Amino acid sequence: MRTRIVVFPGSNCDHDAMYAVKNVLGEADTEFVWHKDSSIGKHVDLVILPGGFSFGDYLRTGAIARFSPVMNDVIRFANDGGTVLGICNGFQVLCESGLLPGVLVRNSGLKFRCKQVYLRTENSNTQFTNRIKQGTVLEIPIAHGEGNFIAEPDVIRDLESNGQVVFRYSTPEGEITEEANPNGSIGNIAGIVNKEGNVFGLMPHPERACDKILGSADGLNIFRSLKNHFDSVREQAKEKRGVLVS
Amino acid sequence: MHYQVYVATERKEAILDPQGKATQHALASLGMSGVNDVRIGKFIRLDVSAGSKDEAVKIAERSSGELLANPIMETFRIVEVKESSK
Repeated sequence: MRTRIVVFPGSNCDHDAMYAVKNVLGEADTEFVWHKDSSIGKHVDLVILPGGFSFGDYLRTGAIARFSPVMNDVIRFANDGGTVLGICNGFQVLCESGLLPGVLVRNSGLKFRCKQVYLRTENSNTQFTNRIKQGTVLEIPIAHGEGNFIAEPDVIRDLESNGQVVFRYSTPEGEITEEANPNGSIGNIAGIVNKEGNVFGLMPHPERACDKILGSADGLNIFRSLKNHFDSVREQAKEKRGVLVS
Repeated sequence: MHYQVYVATERKEAILDPQGKATQHALASLGMSGVNDVRIGKFIRLDVSAGSKDEAVKIAERSSGELLANPIMETFRIVEVKESSK
């Protein structure tokens, strides 16, 4: 799984993402890409936009990063069907880029929330969640001040009816309650995919939940799902080639 | 010619403004009982070189639409345009 992690000035979860993919998952071909680079490189499987405070969250979260040189290539890659995972600030950048609908605004309680939360899996049929059973509750930390997902009512309706809501904040038992919602997001939405299913953004940090010793290894399920997805893509391509040869 | 273009961005009415709400509560504590609501936006000055005032406004509008304001949650207005010496 050739993975490229974009580093913006102010990214601070880039090394956590590297650790999760390279060290824990064991994917050797994982590298950083500086935001000033004009290209993410060739034959890339996965691009990660990591968490942090790109450009100090100036103007709006993710608004300046969206115009970093490398983003032209990330947007091209996503529009060509490439897999993009945006975590926390990365999710905010994806929304500002128009790769995902909606926007993330100040938490309704005004506070920066940094704690373990529970996420109910709403859609297992994605590249990012194929190893997680529908309804499974994951324990993954959040750390954000602007994670309140909002969008026009018709956009929310589309997200819901297309199964684009991947995770919702829930109780440990999987109930969707107001108390379980840490930031005021509409419908307790914690993560969404685009219509095509290749761009995923979420506020919680799966890369910080890849080791039991750090509190939870539930986040690893997302990276394992991605690996599983690319393994099966490669398997299919091989079979196809085999058919052509025979 | 040089112009100073002032742009104001505001959150749409439907979007909660917790910062404004907190400020309104503080104003109420201060005794400003007539202040019913507070909305906090941004006030941005662009120093623009352009052939005419209209052109300067166009540049400011494009800048606002594409970066300064996020149309999903904000609106913007060009509040003032002044000729400047630099």
